[in-house]
Amino acid sequence: MSMRRVAVVGAGMTKFVRRSLETGRELAWEAASKALESCEMTLDDIDSVVMGSAPDAFDGVHMKSEWLADGAGAWGKPYMRGYVGGGTGVFAPAQGWYHIASGLFDTCLVVCEEKMSPCRPHPQAAFISIFDNFTERALGPNLLWIFALEMNAYMNRYGLKKEDIAQVAVKNKRNAADHPASLLGDANITLQDILNSEVLAYPVQRLDVSPVTDGAVALVLAADHVARRVTNKPVWFEGVGWNLDTAYWTDRDLSYPTYVEEAARMAYKMAGITEPRKQIHIAEPYDPFDYKELHHLEGLMLFPKGKAPEATALGITQRNGDLPVCPSGGLLGVGNPIAAAGLMKVAELFWQLRGEAGARQVPGDPRRGVAQAWGDLMQVGTVVVLGK
Amino acid sequence: MSMEKHVYPTSGLSEKDFEQKQVITVAWTPRAEYEWDEGVAIGRYLQGLKEGKLIGRVCHHCRRKLIPPRMFCEQCFRPTDEWFEAGDTGTIKTFSLCYVTWDMIRLEHPQIPAVIDIDGASAGMGIMHLVSEVDPKAVRIGMKVKAVWKAADKREGAITDILYWKPM
Repeated sequence: MSMRRVAVVGAGMTKFVRRSLETGRELAWEAASKALESCEMTLDDIDSVVMGSAPDAFDGVHMKSEWLADGAGAWGKPYMRGYVGGGTGVFAPAQGWYHIASGLFDTCLVVCEEKMSPCRPHPQAAFISIFDNFTERALGPNLLWIFALEMNAYMNRYGLKKEDIAQVAVKNKRNAADHPASLLGDANITLQDILNSEVLAYPVQRLDVSPVTDGAVALVLAADHVARRVTNKPVWFEGVGWNLDTAYWTDRDLSYPTYVEEAARMAYKMAGITEPRKQIHIAEPYDPFDYKELHHLEGLMLFPKGKAPEATALGITQRNGDLPVCPSGGLLGVGNPIAAAGLMKVAELFWQLRGEAGARQVPGDPRRGVAQAWGDLMQVGTVVVLGK
Repeated sequence: MSMEKHVYPTSGLSEKDFEQKQVITVAWTPRAEYEWDEGVAIGRYLQGLKEGKLIGRVCHHCRRKLIPPRMFCEQCFRPTDEWFEAGDTGTIKTFSLCYVTWDMIRLEHPQIPAVIDIDGASAGMGIMHLVSEVDPKAVRIGMKVKAVWKAADKREGAITDILYWKPM
């Protein structure tokens, strides 16, 4: 395949907040303008725009990407929306990548926005319609069920205890205390705090779960020849991958995300990665629930099946560990504005690889990182590998 | 140089802003009604439920016995071949004890959603349903369960024709 090299040259974001005064369009503008400012570019330099945003039902606005387009800087430009549920935030930059890799455009502004707060009385209401309309919805399911069912299957398969999993929430919420945009960063949170929190849907407790959040993140992507003019520290796309499993989720092995492995294999092949654990220096797997980080680390083949909890207990995934995982603070700490949360992970790799992560900076001059998101009906994996 | 300056000072609202009416909000309640035609495979499945049976579909190519039934095999991407009647017994593949409703109202007694692998279908083929008539603390992965049906004259061809599943 003859594909052009593509770099991330700028990144910006809003603060992640429980409920923003700003509309979704205003959030998108805040992030997009910060990203452009970060690389001293203007909208005139942008050839194309990709927007990522999750369910229209959060906003109560049908075809919300058209409504959000102005905020994403898409006026009068080639524009498209990517949407694979929670996987959107890592899918959108992959779409931005092929806009440029294909030779069609030299630059692309990728904006992911989510404003979950308008949905009353709780954004969970927006999720009832993901369940099968004939065979599931009449049972009155809520979104917590599928996470609890998957988490219990994972714990049972490998004989894990709640504390094996809750340590992920402690790590990420502590990491997030150093993130200037974070909603739930807490440098002093303890394992007992997580284990003592209210049981929502056993085995899921309140502090195992990321919060409802409003926010937006944006990246500026550029082709090789443009990137080198814009910055002396381009961060390159080395691989992208995505994969979907069947919507018959009750027919699957719920203890392992095969679709994440397939997405990772696609991205690793492109990046020439044959030994992920050695060749990847930072990981930002999707962590809407604490067990999901572990699940995804295994799907990304960074640890053998069932071994991510042990690696976490040994401190390997701490910011100063051998493989820092979610140094940003992840969704559990920074917050979970669905699509924006995924792109926040890619932005974190960008800042980490440029040495601009401030108090969160991972030591040892990391050269390559992987970000991953997950979504739809527990069936999609999206992966981006960045390197310098 | 840190990324700090690339974060916009977005305005987070607090409960106080609403109590003090510092923010104007606009509300709207959608009214949306849908009526779905039963479909070929699910239609037979729903008819089976009305008759007190769990009906699946077999793919002769991959030899999977599929439940819920489907008229095409998503893996072989060819038509499935015949109907089969599964048992109304199964094994709990995974479960939860859920103490909140979808709108986060606390429940005194937990609902017990579960994925139940259905006897007679291929290994690992399950459906989501509810478990009851059991002490929540006693529910285990691997537990054998049996469907508790609505009275025959009350069934309407819906997944709720099975009231719940109870331990065998």
